[in-house]
Amino acid sequence: MATLHSAPRFTQIDGLKNTISNALGDHLVEAREEHGELLFHVQRGSIETALRTLRDDFEYQQLMEIAGVDYPNRNERFEVVYMLLSVTTNNRIMVKCRASEDTPVPTVTTLWPNAGWLEREVFDMYGVLFDGNTDLRRILTDYGFEGHPFRKDFPLTGYVELRYSEDEKRVVYEPVKLAQDLRQFDFMSPWEGADYVLPGDEKADMPPIDDPKTTESPKQTGAGEKADDKAAEKVSADAPAEKDGGPDAPPPEPTEDQPGRKKRVGKTTDTAKATKPKKGTD
Amino acid sequence: MSTGFQLEESPTTGDETITNYTINFGPQHPAAHGVLRMVMELDGEIIERIDPHVGLLHRGTEKLIEHKTYLQALPYFDRLDYCSPLAQEYSYVLAIEKLLNVEVPERAQYIRVLFAELTRICNHMLNIGAHVMDVGAMTPNLWVFELREDCMNFFERMSGARMHHAYLRPGGVHQDVPEKLLVGIGEWIDTRLPELFGDAMSLVLDNRIFKQRNVDIAVVSKEDALAWGFSGPMIRAAGIPWDLRKSQPYDVYDRMEFDIPVGTNSDCYDRFVVRVKEVYESAKIIKQCLRDMPTGPIASSDRKVSPPKRAEMKQSMEALIHHFKLYTEGFHVPAGEVYVATESPKGEFGVYLVSDGSNKPYRCKIRPTAFSHLQAMDFMSKGHMLPDATAILGAIDVVFGECDR
Repeated sequence: MATLHSAPRFTQIDGLKNTISNALGDHLVEAREEHGELLFHVQRGSIETALRTLRDDFEYQQLMEIAGVDYPNRNERFEVVYMLLSVTTNNRIMVKCRASEDTPVPTVTTLWPNAGWLEREVFDMYGVLFDGNTDLRRILTDYGFEGHPFRKDFPLTGYVELRYSEDEKRVVYEPVKLAQDLRQFDFMSPWEGADYVLPGDEKADMPPIDDPKTTESPKQTGAGEKADDKAAEKVSADAPAEKDGGPDAPPPEPTEDQPGRKKRVGKTTDTAKATKPKKGTD
Repeated sequence: MSTGFQLEESPTTGDETITNYTINFGPQHPAAHGVLRMVMELDGEIIERIDPHVGLLHRGTEKLIEHKTYLQALPYFDRLDYCSPLAQEYSYVLAIEKLLNVEVPERAQYIRVLFAELTRICNHMLNIGAHVMDVGAMTPNLWVFELREDCMNFFERMSGARMHHAYLRPGGVHQDVPEKLLVGIGEWIDTRLPELFGDAMSLVLDNRIFKQRNVDIAVVSKEDALAWGFSGPMIRAAGIPWDLRKSQPYDVYDRMEFDIPVGTNSDCYDRFVVRVKEVYESAKIIKQCLRDMPTGPIASSDRKVSPPKRAEMKQSMEALIHHFKLYTEGFHVPAGEVYVATESPKGEFGVYLVSDGSNKPYRCKIRPTAFSHLQAMDFMSKGHMLPDATAILGAIDVVFGECDR
């Protein structure tokens, strides 16, 4: 596919994927190239060895970022992605490994000193442990925070909210109370892969009927002969059919006359003038 | 002792023990450039150890982005580094475009580069002023804030907002810029900027006090700068001519002629001077953009990514549908993961975007520039005096909206 976008163009090195794959050998699980980016998935246990090889033999001098990603459906739910940059070959690659809550990833603070905070952030946000990182404290969340907020099963609104208590003269944590439910709009078109069932959707899966039902004669309506008589029966005493009994029926009773009004007291005949407000009254 | 020897006791000061003391710098300190708390261990006035505590401005932006469509997530980027909002949008927009593989019209590319550079000037005005003020000078800050105000006015005429523009869009920019604005920027670049900025810098660059406070403070070797993941003016001051605009050009940066200022001594003074020089280089780029900018569309014609013009919507049912779909459901981005980094005024600002093929990002990791730099605070400050910490911090150019996300 031709490159149409104008995103940063770093040097593309021919055969780099194979060269690095060979150098990583058994440590490598999978190597991919998509969207013009090289991605190497390596064994968790050998991430430090793999990155050391890349730093020392392939001139990736800088570790720009470590990102955690959460895929809750997987056995090892977390991915830890290392972004490497070479300022000499002007190239970027991504190296990743998988981990779960209780399988620590070897630290790379031995290779790059700035990995310390980056690993702390992944630990803080996802709870991935880094074996060998001596300073694995929380970094972005509050002192004494519980949980790992960027996990997919952590609610967007969190569990607690903070306010200043005038009574206790300090900041207190309380369970989060929402004045209005958090609105999550699902804009996916029903015909493009929404995963909910709309009422009536179940009919779409019913098998087609071979013998369509038709009503060409009164018999086929299923009503039967007695139905016409039944329809003429009076349903209740007040039903309108009661007095509508045919030509001999008595005429309807007249509606009651309007009770007499009081006579007007005024003498004027010109109402428009009489109702006009007098000057100076308001 | 069984041998009968009596070991002489080592001399002590008795009950008095001399210990280092620890002070708390911030979180509310004017020189902390935001909410930064630094626990400093001092020996007298010499810094022994610094433990920066960040995260006081953590808002969970990355998690919020996961719950928004791609377009709805864009304004969050303005609110990261609120001193250079357009530069943050730039990385995000390019990351989406890389996944979509969508072409951006030439005029839009020029507009982006132009305003990204204006953002750089705007950002450096703030940092230069703040840095100078951190070490004791008041006047230059007031002068360069005048220029910053000018930039803000240009941004307002560009997008309608002074700070939170939300102007860049996947596939182009939001709206075209008026001719008069471009003329105005050209005049400003030629007259007001060099005059006022030159005047302000003439007060600072050769100033004895300013040099005493900055020269030979926090010297970082090239090796350390690489190992600590430095980028932007911090790595250039260390003498490494590394600029993503030059080495990994995006949009029309490869057509621009500009120089990369590098430092020789890698101290706070060099970092400052690199930024000052960068302002002039940015001005050069802006002038080239103004000279070469073609006319034409400002957003992609791919209607699955960028919305149609309003006038078109009055005539065409299809345009109306496209508009409706783009602003409710949003566009779907092909599955995949990319890391896109641009040269923001503070350094490498990267976005690691993971898409699962839906209309919302599955994961959007933001690489703040300040994280690596602030982490190096400890080793940069070691052995320096307490007041030097503010100079070092000023030269890092840190903004906490971006650092804490």
